[in-house]
Amino acid sequence: MALVLTEEQQMLKDSAKEYLKEHAPVAALRKLRDERDEKGYNPSVWKAMADMGWASLTIPEAYGGLDFGYTGLGQILEETGRTLTASPLVSTVLLSTTLLNKAASDAQKEALLPAIAAGELLVAFASEESGVHRPLHITTSYTKAGDTYLLNGKKQFVLDGHVADKFIVSAKNEEDAISLFLVDADATGVAIERLTMMDSRNAAHVSLKNVHTNELLGVAGEGAALIETSLDIARVGLAAEMLGTTQEAFERTMSYIRERKQFGVPIGSFQALQHRAATMYGEIENCKSIVLAALQAIDADSEHLPRLASLAKAKLGETAQLVTNEAVQFYGGIGMTDDEEIGFFLKRARVAQQTFGDYNYHLDRYAKMNGY
Amino acid sequence: MSITQFRTETRAWLEANCPKSMQKPVKKFTDLYWGGSKPYFDSEDQKIWFERMYERGWTVPHWPKVYGGGGLNKEEAKVLKQEMKALNCRPPLYSFGISMLGPALLHFGSEDQKLQYLPDITAGKIWWCQGYSEPGAGSDLAGLQTRAEDKGDHYLINGQKVWTSYADKADWIFCLVRTNTEGRKHAGISFLLIDMHTPGVSTRPIKLISGASPFCETFFDNVKVPKTNIVGEENGGWAIAKYLLTHEREMIAGIGEPAEVPLHQNAIDTIGLSNGMLADTILRPEIARWSMNNEIFKMTIARMLDEAKQGQSLGAKSSFLKYYGTELNKEKLELKLAATGQTGLVWEGEAYDDGHLPKYFCRTKGNSIEGGTSEIQLNIVSKHILRLPS
Repeated sequence: MALVLTEEQQMLKDSAKEYLKEHAPVAALRKLRDERDEKGYNPSVWKAMADMGWASLTIPEAYGGLDFGYTGLGQILEETGRTLTASPLVSTVLLSTTLLNKAASDAQKEALLPAIAAGELLVAFASEESGVHRPLHITTSYTKAGDTYLLNGKKQFVLDGHVADKFIVSAKNEEDAISLFLVDADATGVAIERLTMMDSRNAAHVSLKNVHTNELLGVAGEGAALIETSLDIARVGLAAEMLGTTQEAFERTMSYIRERKQFGVPIGSFQALQHRAATMYGEIENCKSIVLAALQAIDADSEHLPRLASLAKAKLGETAQLVTNEAVQFYGGIGMTDDEEIGFFLKRARVAQQTFGDYNYHLDRYAKMNGY
Repeated sequence: MSITQFRTETRAWLEANCPKSMQKPVKKFTDLYWGGSKPYFDSEDQKIWFERMYERGWTVPHWPKVYGGGGLNKEEAKVLKQEMKALNCRPPLYSFGISMLGPALLHFGSEDQKLQYLPDITAGKIWWCQGYSEPGAGSDLAGLQTRAEDKGDHYLINGQKVWTSYADKADWIFCLVRTNTEGRKHAGISFLLIDMHTPGVSTRPIKLISGASPFCETFFDNVKVPKTNIVGEENGGWAIAKYLLTHEREMIAGIGEPAEVPLHQNAIDTIGLSNGMLADTILRPEIARWSMNNEIFKMTIARMLDEAKQGQSLGAKSSFLKYYGTELNKEKLELKLAATGQTGLVWEGEAYDDGHLPKYFCRTKGNSIEGGTSEIQLNIVSKHILRLPS
């Protein structure tokens, strides 16, 4: 498949850019942060995003979705990366909807997917149990208790954990088999602790104490493969968001050094900055390639997805770190101030880098996949 | 014919017609057929392969048939390339006429010049070399001083070129010469075709750190060249030079031995695995990092070619490709040496592949110098893509 967007995908991207610039710019994130907003995202913006179909892109038409594909969703994510828009797109659409599409029963899909498509239901994946990405390292337990399951454990860094209506929880039984469960956020025994993260985006610790649920998601004991494939899709989607963040930080920095004068000339005329800028340009071109190739691999149901997902997440992690660091350095003192927005990109990049596995995690995984 | 049908038929034809010995990686100079007025075939298979491909116009598949090419469109040419790669087929003819002069003539040459020179290039009859750099004009190429004086019906050439690839074997040279010494240095350069057999042309090979002598110094001492040998306008050569350099850069960007053993396999073979991981725990992430960048970079080449319209050059993007591809290639050879230790440093001896590895290692150091240094490429990206002030 040619590594270019279709006309429809390009149109979707353009319209997302327009909308976000107007309604959810970086200033909106600053406002949410400064006002210590209760929800951490703007529900009316989210409703508008859902009305434009952004929450339905990967949902089948039978459940009220558009079935437009992940390459399209990737374009939206990239644009939200440019504006650093805080929304449930990653938690509910990219990750949870993927899990539901793959594993939910018809009845579960009927109950959940149309509500997600309408922007009326938020679902968060409660998976991690430490600050370091280890999705299959699970101590949260499940035991069968008659018709229901009993869950116990502590989940950490759950994206949108404090605003979610439901959780998808990964847990292990005594035989070390991994299963996924749907749990209502207001179920008895669920305790949520909201965290304030560096990027001002939502995350929470969620503890489960003797929580009852009768909603198994997918086949009991077959959660590991489901987690891995869904995470691979999420890694690619997040890489697309990081591509937007990285490009925006880079473009702002280029504008800045074209204008900022020292010694009577624009600092962008100095070769010491030019060569670093040109190097970053190249790495961003590489980022565009791997993100598009990986998004297309999701839509084509390619067997290469795991490798491409690790390539995408690693490369974007590496480049986002390089570019956001250089951005602050190129801005100089002004880049250190909270008034200037460039620092928001640095902060978002670091959190996104850790989410779903950092550079080292995916480098290690890539090497193992290639037999070394 | 549909593209799928074209692919099927091409594959079948290649399988039936490409000799097995021509489906092996190119390791040395004579593994490729270079053509020229004194043709040398390394084997009967090499000759058969060349003749079969030439008959179909597939020595240069994407050039128009009227100039001896195969007349394939962009998509067909890509399919042929993919199928040749899948079978590991060697190029049937390799020359600077195909990769460098041809594209320039197609773009800037007169119809007479195209008909005169292009068919000979596809037939491998003329060995062309390139005369760009001079002792005083390397990165500052436009500062070149080789003089072409207007003598009415001919130019009189005096000066010296350097890094002329295989000039000692070449029949003709395409050359940048100074036709005007006043005004902007870029505006006094012309693109001239010179017969190397003309009196006053002489060459001297340069021995490199790799031990090989692929490059020469070329001297012009009162060489008479007909004025019809100029391509494009007099003093309009810089545009052609730049156009050709982007071609050269695209070519160098895709450098590297085709279908070779993956780098990590080299390391596994020499160092071994421990618990399923490369036993050298420091080298392992370095090899993985290189392999990831290499895999992604190939996607970037493909994407940029997909984005470019048929027949259009990549422009300044080729500078990025050249920069990144050559730096990757240098890094790969560093990692290969690290993985092979002292064994990889043996310079001679059949048991050591006649020192192919250390010699190639030395050769790669030139990758980021020839065709414009890495630093020049970064300058071009800064100026023409990022629009940074000068």
